[in-house]
Amino acid sequence: MPEAYLWPGNIACAEGAIAAGCRFFAGYPITPANEISEHMAKRLPEVGGIFIQMEDEMASLGAVIGASWAGLRAMTATSGPGFSLMQELIGYAFFTETPCVIVDVMRVGPSTGQATRAAQGDVMQARWGPHGDYAAVVLAPSSPQEMFDLTVRAFDISERLRTPVVVLSDEIIAHMRENVIVPDEIRIPERARPERGRQEFFGPELVPPMPRLGDGFNVPVTGSTHDERGIRFTRDPIVHRRLIKRLWAKVYSSAREVWDWELCGEQEGKLDLAFVSFGSMSRSVLEAIDILASRGLRVASLRLKAIWPFPDEVVAKLAERAEAIIVPELNMGQLVREVRRAVAGRARVIGLSRVGGGELPTPEELAEFALEVVRR
Amino acid sequence: MSGGGFSIRRYLRPGLKLPFCPGCGCYTIINCFLKAVWELGHEDLSEFAFCSGIGCAAWIPSPYFNADSIHTPHGRAIPVATGVKLARPELKVVVFGGDGDIAGIGCGHLIHAARRNTDITVIMVNNMVYGMTGGQVAPTTPLGAKTTTTPLGCFERPLDVANVVAAAGANYSARWTTAHRRQLTDAFRRALTGRGLRFVEVVSPCPTNFGRRMGMDAKALLRWFVEASVPIEEARNMGAEELRGRIVVGTFADRDEPGLLDRLREAYGRARPP
Repeated sequence: MPEAYLWPGNIACAEGAIAAGCRFFAGYPITPANEISEHMAKRLPEVGGIFIQMEDEMASLGAVIGASWAGLRAMTATSGPGFSLMQELIGYAFFTETPCVIVDVMRVGPSTGQATRAAQGDVMQARWGPHGDYAAVVLAPSSPQEMFDLTVRAFDISERLRTPVVVLSDEIIAHMRENVIVPDEIRIPERARPERGRQEFFGPELVPPMPRLGDGFNVPVTGSTHDERGIRFTRDPIVHRRLIKRLWAKVYSSAREVWDWELCGEQEGKLDLAFVSFGSMSRSVLEAIDILASRGLRVASLRLKAIWPFPDEVVAKLAERAEAIIVPELNMGQLVREVRRAVAGRARVIGLSRVGGGELPTPEELAEFALEVVRR
Repeated sequence: MSGGGFSIRRYLRPGLKLPFCPGCGCYTIINCFLKAVWELGHEDLSEFAFCSGIGCAAWIPSPYFNADSIHTPHGRAIPVATGVKLARPELKVVVFGGDGDIAGIGCGHLIHAARRNTDITVIMVNNMVYGMTGGQVAPTTPLGAKTTTTPLGCFERPLDVANVVAAAGANYSARWTTAHRRQLTDAFRRALTGRGLRFVEVVSPCPTNFGRRMGMDAKALLRWFVEASVPIEEARNMGAEELRGRIVVGTFADRDEPGLLDRLREAYGRARPP
């Protein structure tokens, strides 16, 4: 029997991680992500895992990466300021093909901003935060249930692709309490291990098998450009191109499996209007489309549960149907740029920015704005 | 021990050539470290995992040791090593890094690892300069030394790293120079056994990017190390002015307090299953 719990998003996230087999957590205190660390500190010793609070965010993700190479499923959680500090090691995890999960509970920024208030300002940081040619996988929950489900999914993708996966949450989702249904069984496949004697751990397959430290493979892991064996090549253009093309192909050839969305409202036919949103904002949007439907408009909401790689085709298909697309977000306009690019002129794209204080636009405000857009 | 006598070759990854400049102290350090490994009875490095950051010294294990190694971003070797050790306590986890890596950008991690008494070995190669990037001033550069970013002489005091690590609670902390090969090998042997954090600072010549601007070749640097070295027992009776420009060598701490794993297991023993 699946069990139901009344959990805040942050607790659901921690429980999702444990259900997914996470047995190592290293973190640094930060609002509004603390409940994840606190819950992991309590729960991990009960399930044979290890929790450690490190001296900063770099150390936290560093320890997670070390534990991952030593064979454990590992995770950290933070918010904007800590997420900024982690970018160095997120790029490292990507380049060294280290599975790990990073939860970013977004708050108002830049800088210290408003620590206790929700925002969605890390959309682009989650995509482009690390320097160089990084390819991101980012999931976006909009309820405590999805904090559980998408944390599980983040581990699944991370382990299967050998790449870091970010769960992009926000303060509203983190602290709201809702029913969370925990399924009876959650199975994440074990990491593929290399056969004895194998010397290539970084290719040539798209996702090469990952050795565990201490198992006799003598694997050299490096954040410098490296060949299939892990040997450093700091000048050779061919070795670098081969590596980076494979890493990008790994992420982008899986894009369709990563894509995850929910279409509400009118499922087919022409639309007067559509919304594209994610996270806490989607909750307001879902009510707004009911209001608009009751006023006789044909409307739909596309809610993205995975924002990177960006689901171009899903958005483009919506644009074929819609007269106009509104992209409301708790930032000065980040997701809207991607939507506009994917729509490529098929529909009008209008952003709606709301920042500060963690205030979502109310469904009525969104409906009002939408009616204005339709009249224009 | 079987299979012939000591040779560093048995521990090195075949087919690679060590990358260090002529006269670099890293050669001596590799020799002494692997000698210590040999003396402890390890015929290969299968029980070890190495972590290193960025800089010349970080290249000692990666990829040249025929072993598991993680070459991390600059300064982050100790946190990564902490994760490895906690996840696989049976491995001997050893960090190699330069003074910039360990005591500059990674200094916070070093002090916290000493405070936690994390059960790892940290070897800091102190060449008093950022060697790989061309010889910029480091947190360990002596007062007055000319570097590429202190053309008028270094006007900051160097950090007494072995002393700081001892004060922060590491079970073992020692400093030797590459002119003290026997003591260095013994210190490595001690640092590879027991629990808690074990730290060895090795003052090491960088003729290319330190000595050159100081008018010293590799030989002169070694001569300076011998002349400037003063045993810690003697240094304790010397004043600050007398100690200026001297290299205090010896054992700064050697104790057997519980390590991080001991403390963690003790605490986790109190955990109740759900």
